[in-house]
Amino acid sequence: MYMFKYVTKRLGLMLFTFLIIIVMCFVLIKLLPIQVNVGPGQDKYIAYKQLEGRGWITNIQEGENGIYTYDRVPIFIQLGTYVNRIITKGDFGVATTYGEYIGKPVWDVFVRKLPPTILINIYSTLIGVPIGLGLGILAALKKNKWQDQVINIFIILLISVPSIVLGLGIQYFLCFKLGWFPLTMVRGDDYFTWEMFRSMLPAVFSLCLGSIAGYARYTRAELSEVLTGEFMLLARTKGLTKGQAIYRHAMRNSMVVIFPSILSEFIGVLSGSMIIERMFAIPGVGGLYLNAINFQDYDFFMLLSAFYTLIGLAAGIVIDISYGFIDPRIRMGAK
Amino acid sequence: MTTNKYDNIPVEKFQFAKRVDLHHDSKFDTKPVTYFQGAFKRFCKNKGAVVAAIVIAVLVLFAIIAPFCTPYTPAYYDTVYAAARPKNNLFLETDFWDGCRVKETSYEACLRDYAMGLETGREVIKDYEYTVSADGKVFTYRYDTYYGVGFGKYRVISEEEYADIQRYQNETGRQVLYPTVHIKYRDTVDLRDNTIAQQDKDNANIYYKTKIEHNKTVMVLNSEGDIEPNYWALAEGEKSGLAAPYDSKRIDGDGYTETVKKMDQDGNITEEEVTYYYVYGRKVDGGVEVRAEYYEYYTYLHTQKYQDGISEPYFLFGTTTSGKDIFSCLANGARFSFIFAIVVAIVNLVVGAIWGSISGYFGGKIDLCMERFAEILGSVPTMIVITLLKYHMGSTSHIWVLFISFFATGWIGMAGTTRMQFYRFKNQEYVLAARTLGASDARIMFKHIFPNGLGTLVTRCALVIPSMIYTETNLSYLGIINLEAGNITSVGTLIAAGQQALMVAPYVALFPCVFLVLLMLSFNLFGNGLRDAFNPSLRGSED
Repeated sequence: MYMFKYVTKRLGLMLFTFLIIIVMCFVLIKLLPIQVNVGPGQDKYIAYKQLEGRGWITNIQEGENGIYTYDRVPIFIQLGTYVNRIITKGDFGVATTYGEYIGKPVWDVFVRKLPPTILINIYSTLIGVPIGLGLGILAALKKNKWQDQVINIFIILLISVPSIVLGLGIQYFLCFKLGWFPLTMVRGDDYFTWEMFRSMLPAVFSLCLGSIAGYARYTRAELSEVLTGEFMLLARTKGLTKGQAIYRHAMRNSMVVIFPSILSEFIGVLSGSMIIERMFAIPGVGGLYLNAINFQDYDFFMLLSAFYTLIGLAAGIVIDISYGFIDPRIRMGAK
Repeated sequence: MTTNKYDNIPVEKFQFAKRVDLHHDSKFDTKPVTYFQGAFKRFCKNKGAVVAAIVIAVLVLFAIIAPFCTPYTPAYYDTVYAAARPKNNLFLETDFWDGCRVKETSYEACLRDYAMGLETGREVIKDYEYTVSADGKVFTYRYDTYYGVGFGKYRVISEEEYADIQRYQNETGRQVLYPTVHIKYRDTVDLRDNTIAQQDKDNANIYYKTKIEHNKTVMVLNSEGDIEPNYWALAEGEKSGLAAPYDSKRIDGDGYTETVKKMDQDGNITEEEVTYYYVYGRKVDGGVEVRAEYYEYYTYLHTQKYQDGISEPYFLFGTTTSGKDIFSCLANGARFSFIFAIVVAIVNLVVGAIWGSISGYFGGKIDLCMERFAEILGSVPTMIVITLLKYHMGSTSHIWVLFISFFATGWIGMAGTTRMQFYRFKNQEYVLAARTLGASDARIMFKHIFPNGLGTLVTRCALVIPSMIYTETNLSYLGIINLEAGNITSVGTLIAAGQQALMVAPYVALFPCVFLVLLMLSFNLFGNGLRDAFNPSLRGSED
C-alpha cells in the first residue's frame, strides 16, 4: 500500500511538472511573431485562413500593399483550443512552415520518425548491456589485478571521450578507411533488412560505447561491494561453489541497483542521440527537432518539446520506482 | 593480584605535586594543517590527478598564449589556401607534418606538378620522389599543398600594383611574376568548343606547349623529352601594344640570344644575333594580366599591402576547406570556451550557493517551495531552453543566448549540492554553539556552515566546466548556436567543419577532437582527484 501511494504521488508530481513546463513553452511560443511560409505563387491569404481555422488568429484583413493584418486570440483561449483538440481528436497540430511537411499532421510525421530512433537505441542497449555487465563483472572479480586495471583505463577513456569524437572516429576509420559500413544510414522505410541494419551499426556503436563504460563502471562498483558482504562468506561456507555463490547471491543483489540504471539509461538515451543522428544522417526524432526549430514550426516544437520533457522526467522517476518493485526490502515512502 | 605490589612504600617517598609540573595539555610540535592544506596534500598523492592538472594547465596556457603567437585570426580566410595540410618547419625533413599529402594520380597530372616545380624551383613533388604502380598508370608521391597551388588563374591587377610588385621584386630579390604565355596560344585552345580547354585558357599553370587530345589539354614534350616553355618573348627593341613594360628580376633563361637570318635591301642574307626578352604582363582593360605565383604573391600581399604580420603561408595545424587557419581558430575557440565556462560557473556558483543555503538552512515550507521551483526548472531539457531563448532573443548575440540558457539550468545543481551540505552541517553542535552565542542566521550560514561545504562545491565547479564546454561544442556542432557570426569561433564549429570535410581533410577534425578529448579526460581525472582530496570518506565510492 505504501508502494502504491508512493508511486501515485511521484506520478502525480511528474504530471504536474510536465504540465507546467508545457504551458510555459506554449505561452512563450505564442508570444512570438507568427511565421507564414508560402511557396511562390501561393496566396498568403489561404495560409492565414488556415491559421484562423486552427484558432490562433482572427479578423484577417488585407492592407493596401498586400500586407495582412490580424488580431491574435488570447493565449489562454488558444491553449484551451490546443488541449481540447489533443484530447478530443488526438490532433497535435499541422506543420505550417517545415517545407517538406507543410499541411501534414505533426503527430503522423513524428510517429513515422520514431522507428529509427527507437531501433538504434534498442540495438545499442542489446549490444551495450551484455558487454558492459560482462566487463564490470570481470573487473569486480579480478579487482586490483591487471584485468581490472585495463578495464578501468578503458572505462575512464570511454567516459571522457565525447560522443561527438567517438562518432567521428568511427565514421572515419570504420566507414571510410576500412569501408565496413556505409557512411550514413540507408534511406527507406524498410527497417529490418540486412542492408539497413548494417548501415545503422556505426551509429549504434557510437551510442553504445559510452553506455558500455557506464554499465561497466556501475557494475564493478556495485558487485565489488556486494562481494565483500558477509552473506557471501556464508554462502561459501554452506558449500556453494564460487560460481554458484557469485551467480545466485552476489549478482542478484547487485542487480537491484544496476537494473534501474539500465532502464533509465535506455529511456534517457532516446532523447540524447541528436548528435549521432545528425552525424550518420539518421531520419529520426532528433533530426526532426533540429529541422523544426530551424523552420520555426511551432506545432512541431510543442510536440517534440513535450516528448523530450516527458522522457527526461520518466528517466528520473523510473529509477526510484523500480527500486521498490525489484527489491522487496525497499519500501518507498514508508514512514 | 598486583595491588599489594606497592604496599610498603615509605611515606618519605611521597612528595607534594607542584602546580608548575602539571601538564594538562602540551603544545603541538607539528604545524597545524588546515582543511585546504590537507586536501592539497592528499591531491598531490594522486598521480593521475596531478598529471591531469598539468595537462589542464597546458591547455589553459595554450588558450591564453597561442592567440598571440600567430598572426592569423579567426576572421582570416584565404580560399586559395583551403585545405592546406598542417606544416611544421621542424618536421620538414620527415614525411609527417610537412605540409604535404599523398597524391595518387595519372601520368599527366604528375607531369604537370613536375613542370610547375621545374619552373618555380619549388618541390611541388616532395624530394622529386615518386612511385609508379605495377601497371604504370598510378603515380604516387607526396604533394606539397603549399607550393602546389601554383599560379592558379591569370590574375588581373592594377598598373600601380604591377609597378609595386616590380619594386618589391627588386628590393627583396623574390620572384613573384613569371613570363606569360602569348594570348594567341591560349586563344587557339579557346577556339574549340571545349569546356575543359576553356578552363585551361585561364589556367596560369600552363606555361608549356600543349595540344588537345581526347578533350583534354595535354603537354607536348620536345624531341628530347623535355618540357618546352611557351613563353611570350619579344626581341630587343621590339614593341608590342599589348605587352606591359617590365623592369625587374627575370627568370633564368630570360634574355636569350638567337641567331636570326635577315635579308637586307640588297638581297644579302646576314646573320644577326637578336636578344629576346620575355613578357611578364599583358595589358587588358582595367590593368595588367599577369602570372603570379600564389605563394610569393600571398607573401607580397600580406607583407606589403595588408601589413598584418603574416609573412608566408604557414599553417601549423593546416587550414579548413574554407581556408581558415585551424591553429588560430582552435586557440581562440579554446580561449573563449574557457573564459565563458569559468564566468558561467562562477555566476552559477554564487546564485546556487545563495539559493541552496537559504533552502537548506531554513528547511520546512521554504525549502519545499524552493525545491519544487528548482525541480520544475531543472526538468526543462536544455535544448528547449536554448531554442526558446534563441527565438525570443533572435537579434542579440548568441553568446547571450548561451549564457542565459546555461545559467537558467546550471545553478540548480549547485543549489542542490549546497543544500545537501547545509543539511549535513546545520544540526551539528558547533552550529548550536554559535547560535547560543547569539550569531545571526546570516553569520551562521556563511561563516560557520558554508566554508565546510566549500570543498564539495569547488569539486562540482571543476566538473561543471568541461560539461559546459562539451554542451557548447555539441550545440555549435548541431548548428543551434552559431558563434561565428560574432567572429568568435568555438571548438564545436571547427568539429562541424571537420566532419563535412572528413573524407578529404581528416586533420581538420583531428586537432579540435584531440583538444576536446584531452580536456574532458584531464578534467574528469582532475575532478575525481579533487573529490577524493576534499572528501576522503567518499573515496572510490563512484569508481
